[in-house]
Amino acid sequence: MSALAPIAPGLWTDEAEPRLIGARRPDGEIIFPVPDGDAAAALEPVALSRRGTLWSWTTQSFEPKEPYCGPRPFQPFLVGYVELPGEVIVETRIVEAEPTDLEIGMPMIFTIVPFDDCRATYAFRPERKP
Amino acid sequence: MNEDVYIIGAGIHPFGRTDSRSGRDQGVFAVREALKDAGLEWRDVEFAYGGSAAAGSADIMVNELGLTSVPFINVANGCATGGSALTAAQNAIAAGACDIALAVGFDKHPRGAFNAKPAEYGLPEWYGETGLMLTTQFFALKIQRYMALHGISRRSLGLVAEKAFRNGTLCDHAWRRSPVDLDTILNAPIVNDPLTKYMFCSPAEGAVALILASAKKVRELGADAVRIASVAFRTRPEGSFEVFAPSIKVGGGGKPTELASRAAFEMAGIGPEDVSLAQLQDTESGAEIMHMAENGFCADGDQEQWLAEGWSEIGGKMPINTDGGCLACGEPIGASGLRQVYENMVQLRGRGGQRQVPNDPKVGYSHVYGAPGLSAVAILER
Repeated sequence: MSALAPIAPGLWTDEAEPRLIGARRPDGEIIFPVPDGDAAAALEPVALSRRGTLWSWTTQSFEPKEPYCGPRPFQPFLVGYVELPGEVIVETRIVEAEPTDLEIGMPMIFTIVPFDDCRATYAFRPERKP
Repeated sequence: MNEDVYIIGAGIHPFGRTDSRSGRDQGVFAVREALKDAGLEWRDVEFAYGGSAAAGSADIMVNELGLTSVPFINVANGCATGGSALTAAQNAIAAGACDIALAVGFDKHPRGAFNAKPAEYGLPEWYGETGLMLTTQFFALKIQRYMALHGISRRSLGLVAEKAFRNGTLCDHAWRRSPVDLDTILNAPIVNDPLTKYMFCSPAEGAVALILASAKKVRELGADAVRIASVAFRTRPEGSFEVFAPSIKVGGGGKPTELASRAAFEMAGIGPEDVSLAQLQDTESGAEIMHMAENGFCADGDQEQWLAEGWSEIGGKMPINTDGGCLACGEPIGASGLRQVYENMVQLRGRGGQRQVPNDPKVGYSHVYGAPGLSAVAILER
């Protein structure tokens, strides 16, 4: 698992419990991801919360066209937005859930998952009650 | 405010698939229809604006229409191409630069078009590679949340599509001309939950041309004219939720549709209650539902009753998408917004035939919305 390379550099922190990296604008608002080029100049990188709530979700039932490059044969997946309280709402894959499990407002937690044989991407999963 | 501007001619090339004609040839066809409708010749046009998203430059059309030296400005503004051409043509006449102007939009998209490239939208490659950059996802994510917050049922999504296909059967420029029943719509394969395949419009082909004229010219010609009460378009404000957004501001913000709608009503000096019929962007069923509220026609959640009672049917209290909208006509990007204006022209002139809105409609409202978050509204008054 740890052998998988991130799908892109700078998306999440390299620590035992990784966090997404956002960018704080001078007006205080946080965006994700950190933009490239001149747009990044006035921004301050900020590690985001690992916990949030489900803002919306949908299924991806058919294989997207290029530039999608996921593993074949295509496996349907879940997509959603997770609100990180007081920070930002991020778009993400949703894992370890079926559509019937999902309810807007439910607690979610950050995780890193395999994207294909050699790369990892980020996702959120429902946070199970202990 | 400057002087009033009117539409005196409207032409359309049927939407759908026409393998034998290029997109631009469909545009030429529509221009000729609009000129015929206005009783004018191509040499009478003093200024022209037009464009397409994927079918080439509009000004090449002079090869077929005639080399009259007319100033012709190509418009390329994505989903607002048609609306931008209309705005520009209206401004040219209102400013007194000319008395007769053309606005034309056309397009031709292959089956399954619209795969966006991240770099063109200023987004990183991983966003597309991991399967997050799909317009259909955006619409599903937006309506999914809206349904949960405002109590909209899956059945209502189906009723919107059923109405679109029913209206399409009555419309000679529509692509989908067969009815589809509610159960078939609701039980069809899901594209992105909660939307099934019958709830999405498809890329298509088609063209629309409008001839605009000054008040002076309308009097001179004795034209069958409809007044443009207002045209407004807006790009996205801070905090709006739009297609291709890796992140959104907590707490939300404004919406381009709300801003364009408010500006158009204010300019026209009327309100939603004065509108006789509306053409609202229905990229998918949920979009029509949300746009009913964003354009001020009802409160969030009231759509459930509207659809159950048939208030947006032809013959209802405020008919919506009387030609079947994008769902029945398909979406040739450059032409789609002008199709809505064309349909309002047809209805306000009482030429709707089997789909004519009863009781002599006086005010027609049209609203187009597209990536990356822009809306154009036009209000016509008879």
